[in-house]
Amino acid sequence: MNRTRLAFALLAVPLAGLAAGCGGSGGGGGGASGSSDVKGSISITGVWTGDEQKAFQAVLDGFTAKYPNVKVKYNPSGDNTPTVLSTAVQGGNPPDLASVSQPGLMKDFQKKGALKPLDFAKSDISDNYPADFVKLGTIDGKLYGLIFKGANKSTVWYNVKSFKDAGVDPPKTWDDLIKDASTLKASGVTPFSVGGADGWTLTDLFENIYLRQAGGDMYDKLSDHTIKWTDPSVTKALTTMGQYLQSGDIAGGTSGALQTDFPTSVSNVFSATPKAALVAEGDFVPGVVASSNPLKPIDGYNVFPFPSVDGSAESVVGGGDTIMMFKDSPAAEALIKYLATPEASEIWAGKGGFSSPNKNLDTSVYPDEITKTTASALATTKVFRFDMSDLQPAAFGGTVGQGEFKIFQDFLKNPSNVNGIASALEDSAAKAYASK
Amino acid sequence: MSSSGSITAEPPVLEAPPNAGPGARSYTNALVFLAPAAFFLGVWVLYPMIYTVARSFFGRTGFGEFVGIDNYKALFENDVILKSIENSAIWVAIVPAIITALGLIFAVLTERVRWSVAFKTVVFMPMAISLFATGVIWHVMYLKDPSQGAINATIGGVRSAFVSSGPIQDAQPSSPAIVGSTSKGFSLKTPVHPGQVALIGLTGIPPDDLPASAKQAVAPTATGSEIDGVVWRDFSPGGGTPGKVEPQELGIPGATVALKDTSGKTVQSTKTGDDGAFTFKDVAAGSYTTTVAPSTFSSAFGGVSWLGSKLITPSIIIAYIWVWAGFAMVVIGAGLAAMPRDVLEAARTDGATEWQVFRRVTVPLLAPVLSVVFITMLINVLKVFDIVVSIAPGSTQSDASVIAVQMWRQSFGGVNDFGLGSAIAVFLFILVIPVLMLNVRRFRREV
Repeated sequence: MNRTRLAFALLAVPLAGLAAGCGGSGGGGGGASGSSDVKGSISITGVWTGDEQKAFQAVLDGFTAKYPNVKVKYNPSGDNTPTVLSTAVQGGNPPDLASVSQPGLMKDFQKKGALKPLDFAKSDISDNYPADFVKLGTIDGKLYGLIFKGANKSTVWYNVKSFKDAGVDPPKTWDDLIKDASTLKASGVTPFSVGGADGWTLTDLFENIYLRQAGGDMYDKLSDHTIKWTDPSVTKALTTMGQYLQSGDIAGGTSGALQTDFPTSVSNVFSATPKAALVAEGDFVPGVVASSNPLKPIDGYNVFPFPSVDGSAESVVGGGDTIMMFKDSPAAEALIKYLATPEASEIWAGKGGFSSPNKNLDTSVYPDEITKTTASALATTKVFRFDMSDLQPAAFGGTVGQGEFKIFQDFLKNPSNVNGIASALEDSAAKAYASK
Repeated sequence: MSSSGSITAEPPVLEAPPNAGPGARSYTNALVFLAPAAFFLGVWVLYPMIYTVARSFFGRTGFGEFVGIDNYKALFENDVILKSIENSAIWVAIVPAIITALGLIFAVLTERVRWSVAFKTVVFMPMAISLFATGVIWHVMYLKDPSQGAINATIGGVRSAFVSSGPIQDAQPSSPAIVGSTSKGFSLKTPVHPGQVALIGLTGIPPDDLPASAKQAVAPTATGSEIDGVVWRDFSPGGGTPGKVEPQELGIPGATVALKDTSGKTVQSTKTGDDGAFTFKDVAAGSYTTTVAPSTFSSAFGGVSWLGSKLITPSIIIAYIWVWAGFAMVVIGAGLAAMPRDVLEAARTDGATEWQVFRRVTVPLLAPVLSVVFITMLINVLKVFDIVVSIAPGSTQSDASVIAVQMWRQSFGGVNDFGLGSAIAVFLFILVIPVLMLNVRRFRREV
């Protein structure tokens, strides 16, 4: 027999059990407005596990303190969430609410008619969340998702000592970044660390440049593949990106960078003898630094926003976990409304590891300066776009060794081959979108 | 469970009824005894097999989308899959033969050495580690950076014994007035004459690279028949002005500076002081070039790119052989121990050399065991998976890919196209069939 089927069969059995377990609790309760009048029980299946699960439980405890007659059961399913939810929906027994990291999943469920709109909370959500986040949760004019937890991927992390030795300040524009790079190099430290063994670090870099250079509308079009990857805006962004990927400016050179995975790319910058001065990656970098390097925030390492390209406005490429509703009930509606409030987000924000897009959140609750910087950018940025590779078919935007990841690694090998890379991207994208 | 299970397990099922003899009772007995095995074979082998074959004719979305043999066509049109087929062919052609040969050599040699038990234990030990863990270990050993990868660290260590190493690791000219590199040395573009100064500014030197004795560089003044100069780290925070000695810019102590005449002959040679200054005294009139000699620098070893696209498949194969050579050695060793000694002694008595004994007696007698090892390895190699995934970094995973890896990639590992994944599975199954038939025939012969 073959491996595929066996693995699938093995997976399916426990999943079916799980799915059966997590649905079925449905909310009852009356329709009155008083908080103790809302009764019922709610089940939530979500991606948050471990510390995140504990923090989210604290948020839920804040809710049940307000609504003492509502019972909330949270079932963490981590990386298996898409499978768990798909199975549960297929079996007609989904949880009341769910949180997912993949925006595409919300669209899939909406298409199947499995989702209930959140229009009852529309004003609560649009009062608290920036327009770009509301838009991300909207399908065909109706609101289906609340991006409760955000992630900022438009951050650049630098070694404070390397910058001091070289006498450079965090650059505000792309041109300054490239100029600082040559100063850093003259001071004896390689400017950039690139985790090229993981293709997604390269797509993140491209997306940051593209969003700034081409703007949000073009970014949306490229995400939907309504413009081609051979578009001049893409080749322009690739040319800009090529300035960053010059072999002499990258730790280990091109061939070294291709074998550097993301954690190593971070260690390169923050180890005792740094191999590079800065690394451009998301707000999850400090976690990696904390786990393997002695440097402390602010004094040892610090962050600046991804620089503006060609005078672009403040922009953030990021990610987020979306909350959506499968079953309508007064209790579930109350919880959605509660999660939209700044209070709910503040509970988790105070515990750390959380960036809220909620613009009314009091940023002083963030546990440290760095989180405050990276998290508040989400709520205040002029333009926010979801990580493009997460919006594309997985065969193109999410598979190791092929599609976007692979082609951007080829680009790292030879950053002058702009047109060749653009047409390779277009070929691969066309195939993936055709079979989507 | 592997593909071999389904076919090798069938003969007993077929042979059962004749043995059962006449009478309904014994027939029922046979059924009762067979039922559990038949049930599990059906659930775990037969049903998934049929399902996979059927699924391979349907598209990404499921059984609603019949695509005929499109998935099979895609096998030979998709570059990544083609590369994996090519790699699998390389594996099949090389690995079973090498492992069998190595196992044979080890087995024959360990019969003769005194510490054979210790040796056998060491060679067999990798079998105790899971292939995935083996992959992780080898991945770390293969890393390019010599400060991380053990193999490159060893090469770098050996290399440093032969290559000169100066105090400064890396440097670049600070202005266009200076040409050269760390391997050729740095010299001023324009010739200097006695009574002139030579300013050789270098950048790209980490501040920690300079010895602690380094002092502020001082711009030299020219006198009479001397050539005075300075070699210094031409960088102050913010960049500074290239080619000018400024505050906070340190001299490079201990740099070897050579004075060459127009024919390229070295006239004088000296070392710089703590402030980077050097002086050539009593220089005859004429034009000279001043060069910071390459011996000032230690060209750092960048490391061999074991995990790069060119070497990745050989690298993985080496790790795989490291694991399986022990298995081959033990099996062949057992065959060797069971071999009739008198035949060997007869050959020796007849005057055969050791090589002749090995070549004409030992190997032919071991042939059945060798073929067991070879065929087992052939099947293992066709379905090799975990070690490839764990050794190859993402950037070269498509260069290292083999069929089984693609089967997983296309179905579970990102692409989520179960139709194509099933087609690859069926293709792999077809490739294994000849090997299985060989194996089954051999079983029959032995029975």
